[in-house]
Amino acid sequence: MLSKKEKKLIKEIWERLTPVAEEIGSDALLRMFTSYPGTKTYFSHLDISPGSTHLNSHGKKIVLAIAEGAKDISQLTVTLAPLQTLHAYQLRIDPTNFKLLSHCMLVTLACYLGEEFTPVAHAAMDKYLSAFAAVLSEKYR
Amino acid sequence: MVQWTDFERATIKDIFSKIDSAVVGPAALSRCLIVYPWTQRYFGSFGNLYNAEAIKSNPKVAAHGQVVLAGLEKAVKNMDDIKTTYKDLSVLHSEKLHVDPDNFNLLSDCLSIVVASQMGEAFTADVQAAFQKFLAVVVASLRKQYH
Repeated sequence: MLSKKEKKLIKEIWERLTPVAEEIGSDALLRMFTSYPGTKTYFSHLDISPGSTHLNSHGKKIVLAIAEGAKDISQLTVTLAPLQTLHAYQLRIDPTNFKLLSHCMLVTLACYLGEEFTPVAHAAMDKYLSAFAAVLSEKYR
Repeated sequence: MVQWTDFERATIKDIFSKIDSAVVGPAALSRCLIVYPWTQRYFGSFGNLYNAEAIKSNPKVAAHGQVVLAGLEKAVKNMDDIKTTYKDLSVLHSEKLHVDPDNFNLLSDCLSIVVASQMGEAFTADVQAAFQKFLAVVVASLRKQYH
């Protein structure tokens, strides 16, 4: 459960990171592909090598969706409705992978924000990304 | 037996030579207690863990964080047989401390985050993968004596 304070913190962080969505997103994806090679199987139709156009555009897409959700976390189910359908019926990514990307996103944030990524911010962010993943997989079955 | 590439060996030694061990151990443990509050169940005797500030300034948490990191440094010195190195530690965590081994993954994740924020850009995807492989071996060794 996210407190009011935490929701505000999450919103602020993603607002700041929106201009560098491509950098953050592609970094998190690259970390995930490197540490968890099984995740690459979902991208066999794309070129996801470091610095590739696909990696950058995909990373950007993901971060922008996360940032959009952060604008009003209480409305997550409404905001993510189209993405829920996409993931459930088309992409069908096994939900355990969401945890892996979330972890790598946290690592990316730690590298990018350094000391500013305090334990309190980390806890809030982990909770938000878990909630985001849970909503995303709601239509799976 | 775990196979380490030259890159992985060098990376692990490099990480542990670069990080401030007096800082990383306490930071990772306190982060774990803050981000995953249910882990506090194992630290009833540590006193005030009421909020993030209390946890971060708790001397027992800090001291224990150092103990944990010293344990990791032992693994770094014995990378080719972490399983044997950790046999007694595994028995301790299972028989005496009764720690659910899933918690080892939570602390591992926090260690990755703390090292990442210390190393910044130098904590590349490849370095992260090597570090996480090392932690996975450590966790597997700690789980070995649970029956």
